[in-house]
Amino acid sequence: MSSKTHASGVGNIVGYVLGLILTFAAVWIVLESSLATSMKWTIISIFAIIQAGLQLFMFMHMSEGEDRDAKVVHTVYAIFMGIIVVFGSIWVMTAGHPIG
Amino acid sequence: MDIKWDQILIIEEPIMFWTFIGLIVSSIGLVAGLTYFKKWGWLWREWLTSTDAKKVGIMYIVLAIVMLVRGGIDALMMKYQTAVPENTFLSSQHFNEVFSAHGTIMIFFMAMPILFGIMNLVVPLQIGARDVAFPKLNLLGFWITTAAAVLYNIAFLVGGSPDAGWTSYFPLAGKEFTPGIGNNYYYVALQISGFGSMIIAINFMVTILKMRAPGMGLFKMPMFTWTTLITCLIMIIAFPIFTIALLAGMLDRVFGSHFFTVADGGLDMMWANLFWLWAHPEVYIVVLPAFGIISEVVATFSKKRLYGYHSMVWAVIVISVFSLLVWVHHFYTMGVGPTVNSVFSITTLAIAVPTGIKLFNWLFTMRKGRIAFEQPMLWALGFIPTFLIGGVTGVMLGMASADFQYHNTLFLVAHFHYTLVGGVVYAVFAAIYYWWPKFFGFKLNHKLGNWHFWLFNVGFNLSFFPLFFLGLDGAARRMYTYSAETGFGPLYMLSFIGTLLIAAGVVFFVINMVYSSLKEKRITDRDVWGTGRTLEWLVPTPVPAYNFAVIPKVEALDEVWHRKETGKALAFDEKEIKDIHMPSHSGLPFYMFVAFFISGFLFVWEFQALAIASLALPFLGMAINSFTSYDEGYYIPAKEVIETERKGGGEQQWKAK
Amino acid sequence: MESKITNYSVPTEYQSELGKMNILGFWIFIAAEIILFATLFALYGVYHDRIGDGPAGPEVFVIKDVVIQTVLLLTSSFTCGYVITSMRRGNVKGAIVWIAITLLFGLGFLVMEINEFIHYVNAGLAIQTSAFGSSLLTLLGTHGAHVTFGLFWGIILAIQLAQRGITAFTASKVHIWSIYWHFLDVVWIFVFTFVYLGGLM
Repeated sequence: MSSKTHASGVGNIVGYVLGLILTFAAVWIVLESSLATSMKWTIISIFAIIQAGLQLFMFMHMSEGEDRDAKVVHTVYAIFMGIIVVFGSIWVMTAGHPIG
Repeated sequence: MDIKWDQILIIEEPIMFWTFIGLIVSSIGLVAGLTYFKKWGWLWREWLTSTDAKKVGIMYIVLAIVMLVRGGIDALMMKYQTAVPENTFLSSQHFNEVFSAHGTIMIFFMAMPILFGIMNLVVPLQIGARDVAFPKLNLLGFWITTAAAVLYNIAFLVGGSPDAGWTSYFPLAGKEFTPGIGNNYYYVALQISGFGSMIIAINFMVTILKMRAPGMGLFKMPMFTWTTLITCLIMIIAFPIFTIALLAGMLDRVFGSHFFTVADGGLDMMWANLFWLWAHPEVYIVVLPAFGIISEVVATFSKKRLYGYHSMVWAVIVISVFSLLVWVHHFYTMGVGPTVNSVFSITTLAIAVPTGIKLFNWLFTMRKGRIAFEQPMLWALGFIPTFLIGGVTGVMLGMASADFQYHNTLFLVAHFHYTLVGGVVYAVFAAIYYWWPKFFGFKLNHKLGNWHFWLFNVGFNLSFFPLFFLGLDGAARRMYTYSAETGFGPLYMLSFIGTLLIAAGVVFFVINMVYSSLKEKRITDRDVWGTGRTLEWLVPTPVPAYNFAVIPKVEALDEVWHRKETGKALAFDEKEIKDIHMPSHSGLPFYMFVAFFISGFLFVWEFQALAIASLALPFLGMAINSFTSYDEGYYIPAKEVIETERKGGGEQQWKAK
Repeated sequence: MESKITNYSVPTEYQSELGKMNILGFWIFIAAEIILFATLFALYGVYHDRIGDGPAGPEVFVIKDVVIQTVLLLTSSFTCGYVITSMRRGNVKGAIVWIAITLLFGLGFLVMEINEFIHYVNAGLAIQTSAFGSSLLTLLGTHGAHVTFGLFWGIILAIQLAQRGITAFTASKVHIWSIYWHFLDVVWIFVFTFVYLGGLM
């Protein structure tokens, strides 16, 4: 049965180990390293995005099944809109005149 | 809790008192009637627990029409109040409650449910499906929306109506300026109704993506199905924003948090930001299906293929992205500075382009068409200029610098009524006249329909066109009265007369439904209008429970028209008919209605601990559903299907050649 | 729609039309969840320094506990992966055991989170304290409520697996729950990075 290929646990272990490494690396960078704050922000943001990607593809099986395209397109659309909501709101509420 | 227990029932004012009495009398009448004619069982089995998408659709439309009447009475009261200067018909407080209720009810419990109803009726037929993807969930969506509607509508008698406008801006809407529990209804009822919308959206997205007839690629879908798909897409994205905004607002009011308060770091304008992040897409959520309806109607009655189908589809897709990029144009006057305002001004002007494309597509569809002036087409023809006025004034409002002049005046009120009434309501009437015969087996009367259309159309323009001028003269919205010196009197009076004509039009509509169901000729033609283009005209009239006896194979856009043109067989061989699988009916959605209502009520009344505990009720329903979801439904035997098909086929051209 | 099997060549959860539709429907719901949490992050992003008279983030965050929480949730996500792996091997018992392990880690996370909330209230930070407190605790609380829901959901599905074994339908249900569980981990990654680590900078 071809479902064997979907049933290996190797991806799980890789995802888990990478997740742990990224987590502790992020903590170390923030608390111990002497990088500039903006640099820290960039690095931990990238780490978070990599971790989220690991979950989506390794664990959540986003890219499998016959509806793969619908799932991926829809999720990417949602992530894009989520970014608009977060950064749009922060921009609108803090740009220009100080309010509140 | 600061509830004054002696003020639970609000019946001091005569209007409230008589409404209360009227509600009680009519409820007793309804219960007595159902008991006398022994219809309880029938109502429960055939309707309230039915998972048939067509019946759910009709229940949505019934709910919406009841709400249309309620919201319409609110409108009449407002217009009567402002018809003459210094009128004392309504107090300022009562006026606030009435315009808040009018806006909220018309958007959430009239426009959205009626469109959901039409989607339920039409989309499965247009894609050649027997059902929606999740029939039980579909019924649940209806019951949750109804729970919200009931909760919102009891407010004016029990506890006080929300009175901070349909936008419910903070800090006015907060505890500081609106004490008492009345305004809680807004946050709780709309929260519940949002769950209903989310359910509809998921259900129809999966239905359209997974259940199309073989051969129907995405670009062979009828326009109404396309707009439904994109509407659902926007709902999925927009509603969670509102869910969180409402949650934060409710926490502020009931649990004393500081999201939108003035003190302790809260930002009142953050509410406006989140509200419009949802509410601008909401405009497209209600207007896109309307565009789809108009596209179907215009093509059918012009006897031509929809002009520029692909550009239309792409225009709708572009809107799904752009509708979430323009929200700040609702509060340019917040004073966030020229950079932000300029950006949102540009995106606002840009979104007018795809909308403009559609108007031209409809016009070019009609060009050189042989137009049949049937009822639905009349509404479509009325739609185009009215919506155009709404759209063009929208562009005026979208220019940030000019907006400071129009903001919060009646100019704005006129604008959005031209888009929402001229857009959505006209299209909904077109849809009702267009698809009515398919489901009930008779057309609505032509003459009464003409009265309905002309009274409504003239009344609408008379009612709202003067508001443009009043707005430019400086009449602010939401003012309960004005002095004679302002000179607003005559135009306000004209507007009131227009509203009376609208009301008369709606009365003709109701009369038409009753008269036609008694007197109009029964028809069984599958292609009711003779020029149908899409798959719904392939099934018997009225539509049987299973929709399609045999799932059609689709070769072209406008499949039915294509088959007629190419002389292909419209029917199928009776030997192809097999037993048809159907979903069982379910009482669980009704339980969820009760559960959500109770839970919502406790939140409104600020029984903090009890309210949180009561959330167990809906979760219990979900758990029960999980254990009982193994029901496999039932089958309609092939013999029964063949009989129905023979009866409902009409005598016409539908025999296989 | 009936749960009749239409295709044997794919994993169990995709074998019936119903299973496929449920999974797609749930992915569409996940998009809604993405926006839901994005909005909570937007609130937090705007309010993170609007502390009123209350304490600021770094004054109350206990980074050691948060790292433990993160590890617990990451581990539960890892063990949840094995629920699907065992299910696809047709191992009912294994799937149930892995669900139980996953839920135990989830419970551990939840206990620590409740503990964290008690600590905040003792330190003078409640939702009534400031806009910062409101947005922080609503974000964490919404995530915690989701985890709680996932716990009950997991228990219910474990019972159904025990009752009915692995069928196309039960497999699709478990698959959906696993998507949900991993998604909560995704959300937590962002909470951990932008709320806690970001707050400490």
